[in-house]
Amino acid sequence: MDAIFGANICWLLSRGLHLLNDLAGGHGTYQADFCVVVKHFDALLRGAGITLLYAFGTIVGGLVLGVLCGTAMLSRHKFLTLPFNAYVQFFRCTPLLVQIVWFYYALPMLLGYSLPAWMASGLGLTLYMGAFCAEIFRGGIQSIDRGQWQAARALGMTYLQLMRRVILPQAMRRMIPPFTNQSVLQLKNTSLLYVVAGHDLMYYAAQLTSQTFRPFEFYTTVAMMYFVMLYPATKFAKRLEARVDI
Amino acid sequence: MSAANLPAASDDVMIRITDLHKHYAKLHALKGVSLTVKRGEVLFVIGPSGCGKSTLLRCINLLEEPAAGTVAVGEDVIHFGPGHRMPSGGVLAKYRTQIGMVFQQFDLFPHMTAIQNVMEGPVTVKGIRRKQAFTLARELLKKVGLSEKENNYPRNLSGGQAQRVAIARALAMQPRVMLFDEVTSALDPELVGEVLGVMFQLAEEGTTMVVVTHEMAFASEVADRIVFMDAGQIVEEGTADDVLLQPRNPRLQSFLARFHHNMGTAPS
Repeated sequence: MDAIFGANICWLLSRGLHLLNDLAGGHGTYQADFCVVVKHFDALLRGAGITLLYAFGTIVGGLVLGVLCGTAMLSRHKFLTLPFNAYVQFFRCTPLLVQIVWFYYALPMLLGYSLPAWMASGLGLTLYMGAFCAEIFRGGIQSIDRGQWQAARALGMTYLQLMRRVILPQAMRRMIPPFTNQSVLQLKNTSLLYVVAGHDLMYYAAQLTSQTFRPFEFYTTVAMMYFVMLYPATKFAKRLEARVDI
Repeated sequence: MSAANLPAASDDVMIRITDLHKHYAKLHALKGVSLTVKRGEVLFVIGPSGCGKSTLLRCINLLEEPAAGTVAVGEDVIHFGPGHRMPSGGVLAKYRTQIGMVFQQFDLFPHMTAIQNVMEGPVTVKGIRRKQAFTLARELLKKVGLSEKENNYPRNLSGGQAQRVAIARALAMQPRVMLFDEVTSALDPELVGEVLGVMFQLAEEGTTMVVVTHEMAFASEVADRIVFMDAGQIVEEGTADDVLLQPRNPRLQSFLARFHHNMGTAPS
């Protein structure tokens, strides 16, 4: 059943591409063959699973880290804000690719032992996400009008009460759009795992390409798979945004 | 909070401010202000913008930290100066529960309906049951004439309605003192009356009030006493008639003259 279904799909895809080629008046002689993709699709699915796992794990990790750092950055005490600010600025202003490569190839020189690829890249991705989340969190809190703070204080609320009841409910609404944005970027950024041979979607695509010499088929498929993962996520976020809008 | 070496506000004194100083960077905003407000008294504070009247009000409930002096409300006496910093968060929060404050920009919580705004203090701060707080909030909204608007969000209220909800929110804490900080300055002229009406009613009921305002006609009608501030000091004080009709200090005279000129009216 699967074989018949797969064969149909690859026939359809191939026909479609021929049609496109004809319409464009193309002189390309390349004969696309998506059957090879169908044949290896289970490997791509496994890669997609790893990609999602990394994205989810590092988004959650980054969010927790970001809330903690963001809270510290809101402090009035310089000795608290300074180190966290330094961390955030550093990770925001260096490329993620460099960070991952650094954790994988450079950090072992200091430690005396090497980190496994999954840990080096996980660390890079989490710290990177954490830096952006810290900024989103801090910015969201600080965007709330001064009057809200003083009205809550005047009622006799403690800092925790006014945060929980007045500031956070309003700030969270403002944090959702930038956080969604950053999460979408984060899923795309997991493709950088590829450089340290983390077994994500992009890595499998590259491996299969070098086995089969079919870059067109595999990279096209992979692009579509990223789109299929992300497009519904952005739609969902839009609806969430609309629902909490007051 | 430290031990009082000045007498606490006693039975008939609700607020006692002694030699209060406040600085903003280079500006000396309060230069040794002393003031007593009796229980049930309605005190108006007038003066040109930047004279320190709002700062004084904000120092009473310690939204601003005075540099030196003593602030006493009810039995709580708080000293400021060398060795006396702001009390800790919990003490401060408790201190503020006995003081209701209404602001120029209303500052209602936009994510809560009118009635939720009014219930918020009793439920969150005082730990009163929701049902009981709901009944109280309903009563207060009725009192300010907004029973029909209880489920409206602040963005669906006019300025005058929002300000009346803000007054109800402050009253819900059942404070001993109400502070009004230019509460009609941000309102369209036709909406000022409804807010002043509620304040008039509160004054009639014997609420202790400190009112910072530019509404001179209202002051002359409602005030038990008026203080005139200029450049961080109380320059003149007395009954409404004394201060508004027989001003002695030249700065008060010119303030009132400018005021009448701008408004085209004289106090009744």
